[in-house]
Amino acid sequence: MDGTTAAAEDWDVVIAGGGNAALCAAIEAAEAGARVLILEGAPKPYRGGNSRHTRNFRCMHHGALGPLVDTYDEDEFFDDLLRVTKGETDEALARMCIRTSADCLPWMQAHGVRFQPSLAGTLSLDRTNAFFLGGGKALVNAYYLTAADLGVEVIYEAQVRHVVMDGPKATHLEVKIAGTSHRIPAKAVILASGGFQSDIDWLARAWGEAARNFLIRGTPYNRGVVLKDMIDQGAQSVGDPTQCHAVAIDGRAPKFDGGIATRLDCVPFSVVVNRNGERFYDEGEDVWPKRYAIWGRLVAAQPDQVAYSIIDARSINLFMPSVYPPVAADSIGELAAKLDLPADRLGETISGFNAACRDGEFHPQQLDGLATHGIEPAKTNWARPITDPPFYAYALRPGVTFTYLGLKVDDRARVAGPEGQYANVWSAGEMMAGSILGQGYLAGFGMTIGTVFGRIAGQEAAKHVA
Amino acid sequence: MSLDVTLQTDPDTVLTDPVAEARRQIEVCNACRYCEGFCAVFPAITREKVFADGDITQLANLCHNCRGCYYACQYTDPHDWALNLPRALADARIDSWERLAWPGGLARLFQRSGTAIAAALALGFAVMFLAIAALPGGGEGFYAWISHGAMVAIFLPAFLFPLASLAISLRRYWQEVGGGAIRLSHLRAAGLAAARMKNLDGGQGQGCNFEKEDRYSSGRRHVHQAIMWGFLLCFASTSAATVLHYLFDSPAPYGFWSLPKLLGVPGGLLLVAGCIGMVMLKRKADPGLDATGRSTGSAAFVWLLGFVGLSGLLLYAARGAGLTGPLLALHLGAVLTFFLLTPFSKMAHGFYRFAALVKDAGDKAA
Repeated sequence: MDGTTAAAEDWDVVIAGGGNAALCAAIEAAEAGARVLILEGAPKPYRGGNSRHTRNFRCMHHGALGPLVDTYDEDEFFDDLLRVTKGETDEALARMCIRTSADCLPWMQAHGVRFQPSLAGTLSLDRTNAFFLGGGKALVNAYYLTAADLGVEVIYEAQVRHVVMDGPKATHLEVKIAGTSHRIPAKAVILASGGFQSDIDWLARAWGEAARNFLIRGTPYNRGVVLKDMIDQGAQSVGDPTQCHAVAIDGRAPKFDGGIATRLDCVPFSVVVNRNGERFYDEGEDVWPKRYAIWGRLVAAQPDQVAYSIIDARSINLFMPSVYPPVAADSIGELAAKLDLPADRLGETISGFNAACRDGEFHPQQLDGLATHGIEPAKTNWARPITDPPFYAYALRPGVTFTYLGLKVDDRARVAGPEGQYANVWSAGEMMAGSILGQGYLAGFGMTIGTVFGRIAGQEAAKHVA
Repeated sequence: MSLDVTLQTDPDTVLTDPVAEARRQIEVCNACRYCEGFCAVFPAITREKVFADGDITQLANLCHNCRGCYYACQYTDPHDWALNLPRALADARIDSWERLAWPGGLARLFQRSGTAIAAALALGFAVMFLAIAALPGGGEGFYAWISHGAMVAIFLPAFLFPLASLAISLRRYWQEVGGGAIRLSHLRAAGLAAARMKNLDGGQGQGCNFEKEDRYSSGRRHVHQAIMWGFLLCFASTSAATVLHYLFDSPAPYGFWSLPKLLGVPGGLLLVAGCIGMVMLKRKADPGLDATGRSTGSAAFVWLLGFVGLSGLLLYAARGAGLTGPLLALHLGAVLTFFLLTPFSKMAHGFYRFAALVKDAGDKAA
């Protein structure tokens, strides 16, 4: 369908965005009988926003459910959320989301999503996170097929520029399609077009110039255009623009869309130094799945937003393979030269670290308490000296998944305007996730928020137009 | 234990050598692992951290080109990494068949060129027309046209030569992939996987992504089963006839309620139906996910196989009519060509695939 045709049609529900939340909303609304249009900003091969890069769905359950084992109840789920957000959450909204997640898994299966047992190396998640067969792009594909079967129309490369409001009511979306602007009328509007992390200028305004060195792990199409438009029009926002889900990833990753493969799991077995050849944080504070999310910020605080994780030959086989080969050298001096680090300083750091290591049992799979003695910062687990050549290094940079500044919604996913909830505007997914995720991150929770609020938004929008 | 990280490639540099390019893509897969549930290839990838050439050959031959991983992949073109694992593995796979075949040049010719297969078929027809014209018949049914002795003289070498050639190739394959001692349990596991075409079921029975893009379909699995079981039934029919001839002194022709016909007629029908289905599916499938520059060779092979089945059925249907002579020449000509091309055409895939499944069963057990 082209823009001119779409602008002449009588849509019930028009959705800005084409990822998981948008698709869940579209499917729910279409099943309730609404005429639904999805405006996806990306071209078809890149459709699905960040959902394309996801791999699982965190889900509450009592007893085995789909691929999930045992029980993961509301309180445990909420406690996990409290721990990562340090209380920066909306408890009522979060608990509603958690409770609703249990119904979502069978709904997802009924709408084409396939799950598989936990992937190799992620066994610790087999109770809490349901993995998609083939990952998030397979999920996105399944939802697009289901939506197409329900008669949902999709326009790709359709960039929503402006939501035209008449008081508390949205009337049109201004959309750029194939170079031409169109006004597409809508009885109900669902905004599910993600965060603003791919607008590097915006990121730099929030974070400072350092943000220009950040890598964006996901789609380059989440530039926050609709988010900014709504905030400019007086929509209430939640979240701090400096808060985001950011992890330390391979420094050689592409600027956008590196996704999961750029992950590096070597940090706990390594010494991490900054550009000056100095250590700056306890590499062995906890197991990596519990720490990788803080390292994005740690590296972001270093000069040039870069750090180097250095291991020796004994540790190269202890972690999941990296997508980029390590920089290898037969001596620390040679390694420093290859990394363009000050060789003397790096040599001192490594020899100081080695001297602080003590004898003891090294257990890579558990907290082994093998800690350094007498250096700052200490390394509190897996502190084994870096002695056996060849030595290897991986560059680390902050990789942003999504930003948390978003639209404030209620438990019916309705967006709050300057004078209470708008009459016919809903939001779902990363665009409103800041309502629940004030800081920190819980693996698979982004998809939970997207699915729960996407479905609610679709149901409510369809009710509104019925 | 240390690891030879010098084997690792840069994911940003697309390569032209089929083995090197497959390695580049497999390394991205091993860092991602989202596709673990689709087929045997991905669990096999996760058992390694770096990939020697032999590992690539094994993974390439384990891949059934179901394409599930392509449509699920977050790194396909236009992403910088431009992953197309079905094509990369197909290219490495055919490269291995052409490299391992004996004599090698024949595989390079017939994998690539449908015209060459058609020419070989014409030659097969000509040989059989000449044989029938020149050699005396002796016996009933089609033996009236060509004697049993003459058929044995032509087909025994035409059967043994491909077997010998394949034996050499599979030995080379086993050495290249570093295969170990084969246990009965490995053969059983491989046999079960092949018999059910497990690796075309998408991991959960939903099928593969051959002809309907990202929508799963069991179409290819069904037509492949028809071809494979049809072929095996036909082969069993011929074997049964050989046993009846030599051990029970019961030469052809056989009536409908005989073992050769009870196996051969349904086998022929399945083979023909399967080949027609496969040709139709291949027309719908995206050629960009299959091996580069081998489409005519692969299509011609399906036509040849289908013609073997069809001409056999026609020969049986036309018994007693005046057409037996020419139909016999066409059928036997096709069979002759098919046998002789087996090590050098798409038919070879079945042998390498089975070897890969046996190796994989062994690796899993290790």
